[in-house]
Amino acid sequence: MIDFEFSEEQIMIQQAARDYAQRELIKDVIERDEKAEFPTEHIKNLAELGFLGMLVDEKWDGGGMDTVSYVLAIEEISKIDASVSVIMSVNNSLVCYGLEKYGNDEQREKYLKPLARGEKIGAFLLSEPEAGSDATKQRTIAEDKGDYYLVNGTKNWITNGNSASTYIVIAHTHPEKGHRGINAFIVEKNSPGISIGPHEKKMGMRSSDTHSVMFTDVKVPKENRIGEDGFGFKFAMKTLEGGRIGIASQALGIASGAFERALQYSQERKAFGTEIFNHQSIAFKLSDMAVKIENARNLCVKAAWLKDQGKPYGTASAMAKQYAADIAMEVTTEAVQILGGYGYVSEYHVERLMREAKLTQIYEGTSEVQKIIISRSLLK
Amino acid sequence: MKILVCISNLPDTTTKIKLNSDSKSVDLSGVQWVINPWDELALTRAMELKEKSGGKIEKITVITVGDKIAEPTLRKALAVGADNAVRIDAIASDDYYVAAQIAEYVKKESFDLVMAGIESSDYNGSAVGGMLAEFLEFPSISSVSSVELEGDNFVMKRAIDGGTETVTTSLPAVAIVQKGIAIDPRIPAMRGIMMARKKPLTVEAPADIQAVSEFVNFEMPQPKPPVKMVDAENVGELFRLLHEEAKVL
Amino acid sequence: MSVLVYTENWDGKFKKSSFELVSYAHSIAEQNGGDTIAVTIGNVAQDELEKLAFYGASKTVTIGGDTYKNLDSAAYANAITMVAEAQACKIVVMGNNNTGKGIAPRIAVKLQAALVSGATALPQSYDPLTIRKNVFNGKAIGYQQVKSDKAVITLAQNSYKIIDAAQAFQTEAFDAAGVETNTQVQSVDKVSDKLLLTDAEVVVSGGRGMKSGDNWAPLEELANVLGAATACSRPVSDEGWRGHEEHVGQTGKIIAPDLYFALGISGAIQHIAGVSSSKVIVAVNTDVEAPVFETADYGIVGDLKVVLPKMVEEAKKFKANN
Repeated sequence: MIDFEFSEEQIMIQQAARDYAQRELIKDVIERDEKAEFPTEHIKNLAELGFLGMLVDEKWDGGGMDTVSYVLAIEEISKIDASVSVIMSVNNSLVCYGLEKYGNDEQREKYLKPLARGEKIGAFLLSEPEAGSDATKQRTIAEDKGDYYLVNGTKNWITNGNSASTYIVIAHTHPEKGHRGINAFIVEKNSPGISIGPHEKKMGMRSSDTHSVMFTDVKVPKENRIGEDGFGFKFAMKTLEGGRIGIASQALGIASGAFERALQYSQERKAFGTEIFNHQSIAFKLSDMAVKIENARNLCVKAAWLKDQGKPYGTASAMAKQYAADIAMEVTTEAVQILGGYGYVSEYHVERLMREAKLTQIYEGTSEVQKIIISRSLLK
Repeated sequence: MKILVCISNLPDTTTKIKLNSDSKSVDLSGVQWVINPWDELALTRAMELKEKSGGKIEKITVITVGDKIAEPTLRKALAVGADNAVRIDAIASDDYYVAAQIAEYVKKESFDLVMAGIESSDYNGSAVGGMLAEFLEFPSISSVSSVELEGDNFVMKRAIDGGTETVTTSLPAVAIVQKGIAIDPRIPAMRGIMMARKKPLTVEAPADIQAVSEFVNFEMPQPKPPVKMVDAENVGELFRLLHEEAKVL
Repeated sequence: MSVLVYTENWDGKFKKSSFELVSYAHSIAEQNGGDTIAVTIGNVAQDELEKLAFYGASKTVTIGGDTYKNLDSAAYANAITMVAEAQACKIVVMGNNNTGKGIAPRIAVKLQAALVSGATALPQSYDPLTIRKNVFNGKAIGYQQVKSDKAVITLAQNSYKIIDAAQAFQTEAFDAAGVETNTQVQSVDKVSDKLLLTDAEVVVSGGRGMKSGDNWAPLEELANVLGAATACSRPVSDEGWRGHEEHVGQTGKIIAPDLYFALGISGAIQHIAGVSSSKVIVAVNTDVEAPVFETADYGIVGDLKVVLPKMVEEAKKFKANN
């Protein structure tokens, strides 16, 4: 049973995302990138359209859509603005997914619902100055004080760090137990003792707000721990598996966005008496780009399909993320080359896409970490 | 009150048009089908009117004449917010045929306002709305750029040369809408897409009607001769050419 | 086979497009050995009506009276249909404009006739009647064959030339009273007294290449010298450099002047869609690769800061000599 057709509904969602991106996001994407300005208005609109919680079940006020639709939607948004799609991805596949899958009903009622409606935004606080891809080296401590936890430590590179209202914080409760001593907590951003560092000045995805977040004696109620005591490491790993599909789709969109622009340009721009597409050097570049994008899309959709089928998808999502991120870098670099001088200036969008592509090789598990995951799976 | 929006299902306006080898038809294989842009704006406006009517406008129906290919387009209209959809199961042979088929449906159901886009972007006919009104003997207002519900009637603005007129008419009526009727077509929300699964899409058998015209042949537009460049230092030459060669000055 | 042509008037005056329609109808009538009957609604002075005879109307039927003060599609269609039947016309011709789009479909139903919207040429054949028109927004040309006994044709702008074909002037008043009207006009909002963009034979249009809304003075001067209307591309009206009523293009006004100047307009496909029916397009742009040159008939590569003042100067010289 192999079927490569998308359903009518999946196409409708893809089209909706495309319409929003091509009509609305495009208007101010260059300016927001320059000013590193958070897309407040767009996030509000996308929330109204249901994109911020599209994977969450209807019961919890979500869109109830499948992961394949999610891949298609993230791709379309990322063609224009990866800063917006990363906000979408973190909210959907890390925060909402984690709460829906592993939270209890009280937590879902109180925290998941407003996040699924997009009224509130979530952030996922795992990375630390000294613990990025190696998540076991958490230095943030959540000390068990009986009826609450006392959290101290610093989290780095937090997407939605300032704009989020709801944090999911990964911290050590029993450092002596290694990764089995880690817990995940729901922490409200306005809790006393939380301070937020300055907006990081980034190379790309400049309009998503990335911050460090400092915790000083922050009291977190007992009922805000997700799952059993010591579940935090597994929680983080499982949640990141799904997150990889979001970032893979984002990388895919960055690549296909740059490709679309390069293809169009190649048919308009003339050199040596003909459209540059008619020069083999350009046509073959575009051909190579198209193959890579097609492969990346197939990997993303396959991982999404496995997830929707309830099958293991950890390796598939690692493959999708590593491959899509790496080809995003290659494809955007070639797109800039095809556009030449135009490619290097902001007005033509591809240089921004190239800057954005780089981050997809780094965050939510670097390409190297994905290769560790993939290679380990080979021996099983 | 009830509003009917007439919808045409046609290739995306960015489609590259190719002819079949005998030039008797357009090659529509692999095209993406969409709601005719004007019809989509009509639907958007109908939704806006319903939402601010405080329950006065209770139902919006969309209708098309077409085969099964048109159903995704109708379901998109349902996702955008229409309450039910009707497909008259026939090939849309020509404007006269389409209008007559829709008229038969309107005679069975009652509507207060029928909205139609001013032009279809496939065969570029500006006909269905006006013809439908005539078949039904309803008044019609054409080139409508704004519709508002005031009391129990619709107040419309229509384009006239050099300005706009604000007009009213008796109901039921047909509004043939154009630019200005809504700013952007509405994007369906996840909630709408989900609800569309449960909304009725009924298929009606066509009435016995004959089309009165058909397209028998197509050709591609002739490429125009290349641009004639005039030196920026010699702008006088441009005016000489416009006068003597092009004869437009 | 006689042809009826509906000649719209604007405050009692005809426009160039009215005469194009008469010439078109007259050519069809001539090819079929019939008469060209013009019909007008509203009050038009005799000397204005006479002009229709000059372009080929052998008779002009006038419908007066207050009933038709406001455009009521049903009432107008009714009256014109009655004239068509009384004059035994099998073909009815009118413009593909706001009025034509409103009433032609209704007349077609009354006559049980096919409607050809936006014809671009004289019929290719009469038996069967086959007419050329643009389809897919001009991306292809279609030949629509009429299977009904009668036909209604709306003629696309700039699709036919004016031909002198003087006929003896003859008018006939037609009593179409008793027709009910249903459209109440509450108010009218005229844009301005300026030359209407959609009527103008020459249009001077500026794009992003104008650099700023403050640079429009020479463009307006050029328009002034040439008796042209001014227009702009979408980015210009989006930026607020010019009002939205000047925006031409797919999402703005669709125009078809004799001469269109695209100044600093790159020629995005959406813009071209609104002006491609212009008879002649002149483009000025700094970039020789700008897509506008694909569509333009005449082009100048240069900086508008330098070229535009020269154009004003040359236009003045030209006007002084011609």
